[in-house]
Amino acid sequence: MSENWTALLYLVAAVCFIFALKGLSSPSTARVGNLVGAAGALVAVLVVFAAERPDRLVWILVAIAVGGAIGTLAARRVAMTAMPQMVALFNGVGGAAGALVALLELAEGTSGDLAHLAVTAFTVLIGSITFSGSVLTFGKLQELVTGRPILFPGMRWVALATVAGTLAAGVWVAVDGEVLGAVLLAVLTLALGLLLVLPVGGADVPIVISLLNAFSGITVAASGYVLSNTLLIVAGTLVGASGTLLTKMMADAMGRSLVNILFGAFAGGSTLG
Amino acid sequence: MLVQNLAILVLAGFVGFAVISKVPNTLHTPLMSGTNAIHGIVVLGGFIVLGLGAEGVLNKILLVVAIAFGTINVVGGFLVTDRMLGMFKDKDRSGK
Repeated sequence: MSENWTALLYLVAAVCFIFALKGLSSPSTARVGNLVGAAGALVAVLVVFAAERPDRLVWILVAIAVGGAIGTLAARRVAMTAMPQMVALFNGVGGAAGALVALLELAEGTSGDLAHLAVTAFTVLIGSITFSGSVLTFGKLQELVTGRPILFPGMRWVALATVAGTLAAGVWVAVDGEVLGAVLLAVLTLALGLLLVLPVGGADVPIVISLLNAFSGITVAASGYVLSNTLLIVAGTLVGASGTLLTKMMADAMGRSLVNILFGAFAGGSTLG
Repeated sequence: MLVQNLAILVLAGFVGFAVISKVPNTLHTPLMSGTNAIHGIVVLGGFIVLGLGAEGVLNKILLVVAIAFGTINVVGGFLVTDRMLGMFKDKDRSGK
């Protein structure tokens, strides 16, 4: 397939995603909107197969079959009341997928200049935060972990040290393209995701899920840059932007501020238990 | 290339803000779930990296995991959103 056709069909998929968001924001069109989004995703998958002609089809098809089966079962079986935590899990694995793709693209050694390596590091960082943070929000809503804000003595310092370590590892990856640095970065940012969500109270968790959803949008956009894939950039940015706005609207609807939700427990103020 | 991609990113960002700016409160959760499904499209990245390179067994296995994860995200995401919205419709009907 020629480059023009690929670009054109990617555009079709991107427009589908925009219509999906538009449809989902009005009650009468929401269900159709969701279907349009799914159609866009299908188009995108077919185009990438036709355009890139990937090898190892067996591996890929097995992975799709396993993922598709798990996704379908989970979506069908989940209790109506447990849907928010299901969304959190889906979101978490999406973030993890983005981080893994960036990490392995780096391991393949095909990456190039400073900007490219910096974005790769950023993708690993934000994808890992999304994954561990989402898994913890799942635990909180599923009541595997207490819904009350969790703080431990010296948590602030642990958090600061983790952030400092993350920055150092990030710079290491950006300058050297070192895979070991990226693995270290992934471990540190997995911890960071936990530290971000631990102090959040149960009632605020849905807003944090929405925030993490925006984060994985940003992960996907960044991985699109790493792989020079326009559709990933567009789809990821759409989700990142709309997800950020949605998070703010959800917080406003509950009369809460995002800063208070995330850091309120540190300040000794209340975060709704 | 960097600037071109940046331009796409900024414009897509504005579109993302604009299209959902009027969503009613009741649709917050389905919209979150729908956008969540859309970013599952990251699975394309897995196809590209596994299909066009990836030496070493560990790398391949991790990429298979990435593709499975992405597929869970996209398939599960759209299905669970549809179920949520179906529930809304039933509620409206019984309410009337």
